[in-house]
Amino acid sequence: MSEMRFFIDPIRCIGCKSCMQACSECATHKGKPMIHLEYMERGNSTQTVPMVCMHCENPTCAAVCPADAIKRTEDQVVQSSLKERCIGCKNCVMACPFGVPRYYPEMDQMLKCDMCYDRTSQGLKPMCATVCPSEALFYGTLEEFQSRRKGTPINTFDFGMQEIKTRVFLVAPDGYVNLSMDVMHHLDGRFEDGAYDHLDPFSHLEAMPMSGGLL
Amino acid sequence: MAKVPLTREEMVDLYGPTLHYTPAGGFKTIEEYDRLVATHCCFCGQQCGINLKVKDNAVVGFEPRTDFPFNKGKLCPKGVKRYLQGSHPDRLMYPMKRTEKGYERISWDQALEETVSKIKEIQAKYGRDSFAMLSGVSLTTEKSYLVGKFARLALQTANLDYNGRLCMVSAGAGNKKAYGIDRASNHWEDITKAKVIFVIGTNIAECFPITTDYVWRARDNGAKLIYADPRMVPMARTADLYLPLRPGTDSALLISMLHVIIRDGLTDEKFIAEHTSGFEETREAVKDATPEWAAKITGIPAHQIEKAARWYGEAETGMILHARGLEHQTKGVENVVSCANLALATGKIGREGCGHSTITGQGNGQGGREHGHKCDQLPGNRDITNPEHRQYIADIWGVEESEIPGKGLSAQEILNEIHAGNIKGLLSICFNPLVSLPDANFNREALEKLEHYTVIDFFLSETAQHADIVLPGSLQEEDEGTTTSGEGRVIKINQAITPPGEAKKDWEILLDIAHRLGRGKYFPYQNTKEIFEELRLASRGGTADYSGITWERVEKENGVFWPAPQTTEKGKTAKRSEDLDTHHPGTPRLFEGGKFYHPDGRGHFNAVKWRESGEVVDTEYPIWLTTGRVVSQYLSGTQTRRIGPLVDQYPNPRMEIHPRLALKLNIQDNDWVTVKTRRGQITVRAMVVNTIRPDTVFVPYHWGGKQSINMLTQRALDPVSKIPEFKVSACVVSKATPEEIREGEEAQRLSGKTEKLPVNYGINDRRREFSR
Ligand code: SF4
Ligand code: SF4
Ligand code: SF4
Repeated sequence: MSEMRFFIDPIRCIGCKSCMQACSECATHKGKPMIHLEYMERGNSTQTVPMVCMHCENPTCAAVCPADAIKRTEDQVVQSSLKERCIGCKNCVMACPFGVPRYYPEMDQMLKCDMCYDRTSQGLKPMCATVCPSEALFYGTLEEFQSRRKGTPINTFDFGMQEIKTRVFLVAPDGYVNLSMDVMHHLDGRFEDGAYDHLDPFSHLEAMPMSGGLL
Repeated sequence: MAKVPLTREEMVDLYGPTLHYTPAGGFKTIEEYDRLVATHCCFCGQQCGINLKVKDNAVVGFEPRTDFPFNKGKLCPKGVKRYLQGSHPDRLMYPMKRTEKGYERISWDQALEETVSKIKEIQAKYGRDSFAMLSGVSLTTEKSYLVGKFARLALQTANLDYNGRLCMVSAGAGNKKAYGIDRASNHWEDITKAKVIFVIGTNIAECFPITTDYVWRARDNGAKLIYADPRMVPMARTADLYLPLRPGTDSALLISMLHVIIRDGLTDEKFIAEHTSGFEETREAVKDATPEWAAKITGIPAHQIEKAARWYGEAETGMILHARGLEHQTKGVENVVSCANLALATGKIGREGCGHSTITGQGNGQGGREHGHKCDQLPGNRDITNPEHRQYIADIWGVEESEIPGKGLSAQEILNEIHAGNIKGLLSICFNPLVSLPDANFNREALEKLEHYTVIDFFLSETAQHADIVLPGSLQEEDEGTTTSGEGRVIKINQAITPPGEAKKDWEILLDIAHRLGRGKYFPYQNTKEIFEELRLASRGGTADYSGITWERVEKENGVFWPAPQTTEKGKTAKRSEDLDTHHPGTPRLFEGGKFYHPDGRGHFNAVKWRESGEVVDTEYPIWLTTGRVVSQYLSGTQTRRIGPLVDQYPNPRMEIHPRLALKLNIQDNDWVTVKTRRGQITVRAMVVNTIRPDTVFVPYHWGGKQSINMLTQRALDPVSKIPEFKVSACVVSKATPEEIREGEEAQRLSGKTEKLPVNYGINDRRREFSR
């Protein structure tokens, strides 16, 4: 049987935060989401990017942990720090190339996505990938992904000298995608004379050059 | 005088909204539960399947329900956190009566007695229709049916309407005109098979999130996505063609697309000849609607309009999806039939991968309106003015036809008449018009004029705060029944817990009132299933025919699509529901083989001429204002503004504005701004984004009080559907003055209070995570 994989396809993400809300339901990190959602820059785009732990083959977070608190399971899932061992030094937070682990002062412990180990080890899908309305987060086999979805799954990343292979795949879109967007580019010449035959809301305002871009 | 007895601050303190974060029993026990109840989300019209975790008669969490075919476990954030409305500190637990100093607890007996004596007193003095009823479509279909019968036979008033009036009545009216039936034409699986998907006036990512997956599946199969909206909403961002139309100009775009389709010979002449009528008038009406003409009105470049028309016209299969953006207008019905004209002209309806569907905003928007709490309809989508239809229902109800009141006023008209002093008493259930109807100040004045107002609800909404008597009803998980999703799928809501405290099931309350009004003999039900059985009979032979559907079938088949009419003679003439047959498989896809529901069996073209919106911009109010939703809030926010994690995601309304307009007005991101129309003004923070038209601003509508954008919208109505023009107003925007900022800040402060949180919860940290 082919292995179950986790895919992140940011192009499909609709920024709904279902993933965060669902992740925060987990008993092990009560009320806290272990998935993060970044806005590219809301002013320029509605593009959002979900980020879970990538579950690296050679996890940097574990390598730098002086207390040996971060363990990787046989099925390649990198776990949150062990409560008894974590000394709260935040080395892992600094070292992770994907910026995943977070230190929670009120618990004095590093927590991160453990790919819902309580669920995935039982054959269930992770919480976030189950609820994601748009399937921006997808849990299934590589074959299944390739047979029905567009985009190229990638799991090898270069960070300077370091090459990192991950259990989680990031999906690169086919072709060029413009992430910065402006409605202006899709409009008619808004300020051209006679562009509108109904009342022009800006007729009393001075015209601006149509240069596009932010201001 | 139904004035709110206390200050807003005191009311918030007593009745919320309180931001609730903790599941019943606290986070520590969240994983322990006694049983899982398979049911559905209580919010939008997608009605996602969900499992509720139940422990000690409390809902303590959720578990994805992957066996329900529509969403297969997927949920939006509202669905994930819906369970937090249970065990909520604001929950109404006992009947209350308004006094000088606020509300005091009274007994059920007293509450019902006072309500009933007021109903009798007002009706004796001013006539029966002076007592009105307003209902909501968060109710199950059984309850909606009951409300319809209750208002007509117990209250004996014609003036009953429902909050679906603010939702998809334009679509309903348009669909009836075009197709003779009021339902989405297809189940959602057809979306995945379409080659082109045309989405207009709906932010599907935030209002119908699971539908995005259906669209993506189509796109994985090579479908093109055309998206028309004044904002570059999340799905529009990735569209193959994005059309940023000016608010209120949908029909100009649609007419022009039809013009191109006819001009370029992309019509399906065989389909038109065999299955439609009225094409000639429509062809004539769009003769001059060139893309250049439409470009001037809509602001979309002419070649983009041509492209959209050609993509849609040339594709082998295609789907049109729309929602409130196009329906919430004084031209709502014209916009909808313009979409239908496109589908009919190209024969893209009634077959696989084709269709024209509206997106149902409210949970039971579909099922609720079919069975009788709409002012002009009787069960089964029957016409209240049609003598045969009236007679059929009178027979089922065991009354004389003349005993059923005639057509009443629509929701906004009821408020207008209350304001005018012609309607004196009101009973409402699960409807918060003060936030959801336009021109909130006017409606507040109206409510203050009522001689008596009784409300049935589970939280004390902004509107309920005007009530004289408050009757605590039930949450969705506290009762059972069916709803009908946006696809037309009848599904089953299962009871998870019993109502807390002295709260009662809504239908029991209505039965109590009916009995006290001396009309109990018409309401003999022991449970909601008996109501459904009567509904089956009552809907038989109507367009919304549920007679072949049973609760058992719904459970077994994971939903049944209506219509499911009788197939045997015995069923067609049966007097008892036990004798109805259940052979019909249900109808996932309507109009197969080009068969429509008009008496002539044809689809009807409706010629539409372009006209302007009820209010247009001028030098005094030079900017278009449009409204809509955000994904973490639902409708008037009565439920979701009380769920902490959802509030944190988008805590207060903000105004989206393009940098070009912002620059003109000297506004920067996050500045306080005042938006003003002829009806009122509010002060909110600005969000400067490139993703909106530069002549338009957008404010979401889920908030009350001084954060309510519906203080600014207009009461102008579509002449056919009586839906108000929420989506188009003329406004002026300015940087807020210090005084206005103080008001804005106070409004934010009063928008909710935080419940006491358990230690170690990390709330601040959490808030940062969720606020965007
Ligand atoms: S896989 Fe599980 S733990 Fe990781 S982000 Fe998703 S829901 Fe959270
Ligand atoms: S649930 Fe999916 S679509 Fe929603 S924010 Fe998360 S990744 Fe994006
Ligand atoms: S609100 Fe709608 S999309 Fe969200 S979970 Fe409920 S039914 Fe599904």
